[in-house]
Amino acid sequence: MSILIDKNTRVMTQGITGKTGMFHTKMGKEYANGRNCYVAGVNPRKPGEVYEGIPIFATVKEAKAQTGANVSVIYVPPPFAAAAIDEAVEADLDLVICITEGIPVRDMIRTKYKMQGKRTRLIGPNCPGIITPDEIKIGIMPGHIHKKGRVGVVSRSGTLTYEAVGQLMELGLGQSSCVGIGGDPVNGMKHIDVLKMFNDDPQTEAVVMVGEIGGNDEETAARWVKQHMKKPVVGFIAGVTAPPGKRMGHAGAIISGGKGTAQEKLAVMEECGIRTTRNPAEMGKLLKSVLK
Amino acid sequence: MKIHEYQAKEILRKYGVATPRGFPCFSVEDAVKAARDLGGKVWVVKAQIHAGGRGKGGGVKVARSEHEVRKWAGSILGMMLKTHQTGPAGQKVRRLLVEEGADIKKELYVGMVVDRGTQRVALMASSEGGMDIEEVAAKTPERIRKLSIDPGTGLEDGDADELARSIGVPATSIPQARAILQGLYRAFDETDASLAEINPLILAGDGRVLALDAKIDFDGNALFRHPDLAALRDLDEEDPAEIEASKYDLNYIQLEGDIGCLVNGAGLAMATMDIIKLYGGMPANFLDVGGSATTEKVTEAFKIMLRNPELKAIFVNVFGGIMKCDVIAQGVVAAARQVALKVPLVVRLEGTNVDLGKKILADSGLPIISASNMADGAKKVVAAANAHAKRQAATPKPKAKAKPKAKAKPKKTKPAKKAAKQPPKKKPAKKKARPQKKRRR
Repeated sequence: MSILIDKNTRVMTQGITGKTGMFHTKMGKEYANGRNCYVAGVNPRKPGEVYEGIPIFATVKEAKAQTGANVSVIYVPPPFAAAAIDEAVEADLDLVICITEGIPVRDMIRTKYKMQGKRTRLIGPNCPGIITPDEIKIGIMPGHIHKKGRVGVVSRSGTLTYEAVGQLMELGLGQSSCVGIGGDPVNGMKHIDVLKMFNDDPQTEAVVMVGEIGGNDEETAARWVKQHMKKPVVGFIAGVTAPPGKRMGHAGAIISGGKGTAQEKLAVMEECGIRTTRNPAEMGKLLKSVLK
Repeated sequence: MKIHEYQAKEILRKYGVATPRGFPCFSVEDAVKAARDLGGKVWVVKAQIHAGGRGKGGGVKVARSEHEVRKWAGSILGMMLKTHQTGPAGQKVRRLLVEEGADIKKELYVGMVVDRGTQRVALMASSEGGMDIEEVAAKTPERIRKLSIDPGTGLEDGDADELARSIGVPATSIPQARAILQGLYRAFDETDASLAEINPLILAGDGRVLALDAKIDFDGNALFRHPDLAALRDLDEEDPAEIEASKYDLNYIQLEGDIGCLVNGAGLAMATMDIIKLYGGMPANFLDVGGSATTEKVTEAFKIMLRNPELKAIFVNVFGGIMKCDVIAQGVVAAARQVALKVPLVVRLEGTNVDLGKKILADSGLPIISASNMADGAKKVVAAANAHAKRQAATPKPKAKAKPKAKAKPKKTKPAKKAAKQPPKKKPAKKKARPQKKRRR
């Protein structure tokens, strides 16, 4: 088991004909069961063409109908990416993973509004994607640093997720699934949503939750953990040294009005029974200490 | 992206938000002329900088004669205005707004932000205008009303009226307040704002409702569709190093410390700053080279970090995903050669093509300190920075008498080293040349 995606997932790439989309589709196809998983690409101007052995369709709906793809990954450039999400939601896919960074917030507000009442789940935007090691990789993370195991990872940051995984691997700990939820203020699934899924996943025995400054998603998740989580969770929050009012790379990583500081988040997490570390080099060690 | 008050008011007026009449001014003569053109007996001379708290800092003055307009314009233009948002040095005032005076009966607050909780735009309003809203939120949160705006319908009449009433707008002025609130929302929405604030919104003696001050920030990711707004960017208000970085699509933020960090990814970049602090050092900057760094970009990143005269060491921390380690390594080697690097350099590489990357570093013959992981790198860079500071202090030059301290905190030894070591290197930080206006992204 795993969460969100596994070897039976069938994926289409929106934006497959761009440089990034093509490269990562190729990498995804070469990873584990990827050959069977990546079944379609979407580009309204190039239907009928074939990229990396993958057929291109004009619309998401058509790609779904023709190939049975139930998940989409989006590499479409920022001005058009929200519309790409809308199309995937309209086509009633199970899951949309939007990698694109730099989508205007206003576009995302409208997209989230249109998603109300729809069943499609959204991961991202501005995220590395999801990997279920040794089964399927959808996104831009390096596949070879992972292996199958019992630790779940959820994070707002890309490379910091790799860092957490690297540390787990050094201790011989594999992962059930690793989910990068992205660094934008208006986005799809939050920490809490992913934690709920890890809680229900029999393969996952413990979770590393990596957060960063800005917003209060980590606090919300922590309060839920206190009430409902049956498995140990450990956490790290990046940005203890970040100055207020400055946007630290990610659109959502900003301390505003004295809110969203790392200290505040760490305090709430500790209070809710999540073991935290202030040392980003000790995420793996901390997780190992709570494993039964 | 931030803009000035006068620019925000110009935008709001287009959306039907009433403001006092006024003109932007770039000289004392401009200011006097503006006062004459406005007529009346009372004017307000307001410093235009991208920071709040201008009044408290002495940047807003009321003038009751042309002589006073001249006097205040003269004293405010060119001053280093210090507010709680400018930092200790203050910000130089280069522009003024001269407005007609207003008869303030009551001060209110209205503002809009993107609310991450509801994933919508939130309208906030308070009867406590004219003060720092963050303070109101902390001390008397019950005096702030919050309304989540439905993106489908926008701000509806009934909601706007109810909100206006709740913050003390009298019945006769409700239609005006409604127009202002709805105008503010339309402006926020159509300009891709990330923040819009009218503080204070005033009730004037004659019953008028006016935006006495205004602030709008824009979503940098949306500027591509607003070239007119992008043109309002005022580079004088931004950190030169950050402007330079934005030209190369690097995310750079100057900090107080002395250990430069070059990292891929925002989260890892923040974590790298954190771990440097944890091991007793202070990060000099946040720098995310992103996922598509080229040799050229890495070289520029080095140059930008090296503009900082405080710099004692550099820590390159890269976990390659899309970003391949060999590309970073090539960039680091090229950069170190090109800038004739004089501070210690610690490099930690992990991820895609890591072995190739390490080989490039080793073969370069450069004195690069290699780290096996993030903690190792942080420890090594803090030690290297301290050692470098000691060496600088010990350099036998006239002013470098200060003997190396046991645990030299790098900061303390700075003046000596500046005199002793800097000359050979040209100091781009001092360069005044203003970078070309360029849109981000």
